[in-house]
Amino acid sequence: MYDVVIIGGGVIGCAIARELSRYQLKLCLLEKEEDVCTGTSKANSAIVHAGFDAEPGSNKAIFNVRGSRMMEELCCQLDIPYRRCGSLVLCFDEADRPKLEQLLEKGQRNGVEGLEIVEGDALRVMEPNISDEAVAALHAPTGAIICPFTLTYALAENAAANGVEFRFNAGVEKVERIEGGFAVRTTAGTLESRVVINAAGVYADVLHNQLCGNKLRIVSRRGEYCLMDKTEGNLVSRTIFQLPSAMGKGVLVTPTVHGNLLVGPTATDQEAKDCTATTAEGLAQVSSSASRSVKKLPMNRVITGFAGLRAHIAEGADDFVIGESAENFFEAAGIESPGLSSAPAIGQYLAELVVRTLNAAEKSDFIATRRGITPLRELPFAERQAIIAADSAYGQIICRCEQISEGEIIEAIRRGARSLDGVKRRVRAGMGRCQGGFCAPRVMEILARELNLTSTELSKSGGESRLITGSTKEGWDK
Amino acid sequence: MSERQLICIGCPLGCMLTATLENGVVTAVTGNTCRRGDEYARKECTAPERTVTGTVRVTGGTAPVVSVRTSSPIPKEKVMELARLMGQLQVQAPVRPGDVLAAGVLGTESDLLATCGVAVK
Amino acid sequence: MKHVKLAIIGGGPAGLAAAAAAKKQGVNDILIIERDERLGGILNQCIHAGFGLHTFGQELSGPEYAQRFIDQVQEMEIPCLLNTMVLDLSDERVLTVTSREEGLQQIKADAVILAMGCRERPRGALNIPGTRPAGIWSAGTAQRLVNMEGMMPGREVVILGSGDIGLIMARRMTMEGARVKAVAEVMPYSGGLKRNIVQCLDDFDIPLLLSTTVVQIHGGKKLEGVTLAQVDAQRRPIAGTEQYIPCDTLLLSVGLLPENELSAAAGVALSPITGGPVVGEDLATSIEGVFACGNVLHVHDLVDFVSQEAALAGEAAARYLTAGKPQGDVISLLAEGGVRYTVPQHIRRGADTVTVRFRVGQPYRDAAVCLYADGKLLRRIPKRVLAPGEMERVTLRIADLPEDCRTIRFCIEEGETK
Repeated sequence: MYDVVIIGGGVIGCAIARELSRYQLKLCLLEKEEDVCTGTSKANSAIVHAGFDAEPGSNKAIFNVRGSRMMEELCCQLDIPYRRCGSLVLCFDEADRPKLEQLLEKGQRNGVEGLEIVEGDALRVMEPNISDEAVAALHAPTGAIICPFTLTYALAENAAANGVEFRFNAGVEKVERIEGGFAVRTTAGTLESRVVINAAGVYADVLHNQLCGNKLRIVSRRGEYCLMDKTEGNLVSRTIFQLPSAMGKGVLVTPTVHGNLLVGPTATDQEAKDCTATTAEGLAQVSSSASRSVKKLPMNRVITGFAGLRAHIAEGADDFVIGESAENFFEAAGIESPGLSSAPAIGQYLAELVVRTLNAAEKSDFIATRRGITPLRELPFAERQAIIAADSAYGQIICRCEQISEGEIIEAIRRGARSLDGVKRRVRAGMGRCQGGFCAPRVMEILARELNLTSTELSKSGGESRLITGSTKEGWDK
Repeated sequence: MSERQLICIGCPLGCMLTATLENGVVTAVTGNTCRRGDEYARKECTAPERTVTGTVRVTGGTAPVVSVRTSSPIPKEKVMELARLMGQLQVQAPVRPGDVLAAGVLGTESDLLATCGVAVK
Repeated sequence: MKHVKLAIIGGGPAGLAAAAAAKKQGVNDILIIERDERLGGILNQCIHAGFGLHTFGQELSGPEYAQRFIDQVQEMEIPCLLNTMVLDLSDERVLTVTSREEGLQQIKADAVILAMGCRERPRGALNIPGTRPAGIWSAGTAQRLVNMEGMMPGREVVILGSGDIGLIMARRMTMEGARVKAVAEVMPYSGGLKRNIVQCLDDFDIPLLLSTTVVQIHGGKKLEGVTLAQVDAQRRPIAGTEQYIPCDTLLLSVGLLPENELSAAAGVALSPITGGPVVGEDLATSIEGVFACGNVLHVHDLVDFVSQEAALAGEAAARYLTAGKPQGDVISLLAEGGVRYTVPQHIRRGADTVTVRFRVGQPYRDAAVCLYADGKLLRRIPKRVLAPGEMERVTLRIADLPEDCRTIRFCIEEGETK
């Protein structure tokens, strides 16, 4: 019997797993897909909110501000990119200025440091490319940008290094109480555990409702985004929000830690849990709404559009559900924005609750740090040269656009990538302007070789996402 | 008497040609701008031919397939038959460019030639 | 730091022809840098016939055409670095290159020829709504998989875009036993050659749907189908014309983009129209000693013209290495009224004859290409047909130009011949 089974390999589940791995516990994380970071965590704004937005006293406010304060050190420990670029909330109408003041006040009550209202020339000096319409803005210097993929992978890798067992392709069908704990029935067998933690993202309500009296309903709130080429990454240097107005909640325009420009998201509630389709209307809305924030939005430089899902609680309080929802059944449900920002704090808090329940002792040999996959292109010449001299696979470039070497791809595979998307999210091969046009066949070749897969076993993202139906000559075989 | 509509492939103009056939013989071509259109229509209506390219499976080589083409055009109606033949044919590495991989395919005078080389693995 | 006289970035048709031409002009210290494991570039996967009619008077397949130039380069003993990627080019012509065999190194070149080719426009750039399942490929990627790796990406195929690669792939997939259900083209005309429409689509009864595009992609993990719709003159989908087609493969043949990341990093001035460097009649870019040719300069329709252009670049680089930068007043070539661009964009009075290549923005029938020297009609060339898919060219003799001429305007005039 496990001490704790965590359901869901998103950033929240992985953050909880990593925090729990500090203790002497038998831990297992279950993920229905072939990899971590395949749901909400893979498609979002990739930012760390400063925390001025949420209602004071709410879980969203508390965990956001706490998470934001923890994030920089965590990223440093886990060797992943983090940039405190700050954020601005633009106000386009003098009549809306009181709302901006309210936001400032709310932020101050939430404990967000350094908030100030900027306007006129000062605002233009900060962001020369923002729209002439902007009359003032709330500046939050603690806002930051982050890579949600590597954050999730780093948490997972570090948790695994500290003894957490990960089971993939193990979708949970049913959680039942048994003597001394729970039976967790999955598509890959049944596990028993003393404690269960529900971090199942948009599916958290399904698990919640199997065990709790009060019912929860989570809808997938779909958000569409456009990602632009690195040539456009300097259009703004901070995350640019819009003050919610009669024109709607607005979208953000932000640089990413990798130097691209990201705009979005829209917000559409849907019944289907897993539909991440983009729509013509959504993409048009992203474009027109973002055009309010910045002059000359370079829509001709879009390299991809995508949609992400937020686990939005359809009824009841508009807040995160975090805690022990039934005896020994803990959960982090309804973790929509600012969930990424809150992840470190949610992980820490839930781990503490569970540890208290199980009366677990701390390990003496917890490994707090993790080494990232070295991004070769960011290294100085001599360092890069030394790495290639030590392992020639780092000398062979596979992804031209992002200049990703074979060595990095092999390392991604050794750390758990089993598909094109798994490689892409870990080391960015195929993430650039040609979107894998050149490197996909090469990455497939490396995946096949390293994992000993046949061509028909190669997939885009596991499961049925097969890339090759067979050899060209099969159709003609008798 | 019957008529056939064709698009001339001789040049970018892409003339819409009408060929008049009597007992399988082209008696008139209209719609063409130049002589090439007339010739194309006559050939295309009576004995259309294609140069066929594709790949053939290679065993023991550095590549799984080798690219091939017919040494001369073959009758158009044999194209898919040749596709099947190319699908079933298998050759042993090494293959050199210009190697005849199958002579006189499908009863034609055309050979199947390798258009690139594949070395032994 | 290693030093060479002439570094050629790219060992495809452009790089090979440029190298051979420079060598013939007496440049002895040449280095071709190729990122793939073999020379020949994209021609290696273009196994269909139709290359070389202008150069060799016969229709070769891509690998055969490439081999002729590879043989030349090998006979001339021009050194090549294979599997070697140029990571950076500085404005002082220092190349940072990496490979498995030789690691990371820098090479200083007295002259550089850019011959990196182009890449395909990906799905993301089109913003096609829908999911992101497996089964969506750019046509060239599928071409590589099918022709070189012997792998089939799928068996029920829809192709978006009727450029030549899309047409060629329709035939290739059919010949390998797949069913190509339709080729959709958003424009009211195909950008491909007539011959390819007849021999790649009509021969196999594959429908070409003009003024039609993909408006929705369906499927979770794996592509299940696409929704096609007709578009109006502004290329907006027309409601009510939607048609669902089940398929496991969608191939995109929606345009090629010159690959100029290195050029941009070095500070080479680029044309927003061609996506390639702005060049003079000697194909010299804005950075001294850096030349460009082939698809990195502008996307060509025929490889024969790539080879011709590249030879010119090789000769110009050779001249530069012995005589330095050419002198002479600059005449600007302006592309207007239906002409999208010209290459070169400017010429020097010191030159002898110059071949100007250009493309039109839409199809024309019975029109004329007109050249105006400082506003005065210089030449009028009647054309039965002009199509955006076909590159046009005009040869200018500098001696024929008015003496004080500063600009030559290229435009298309329709209507009665004057």
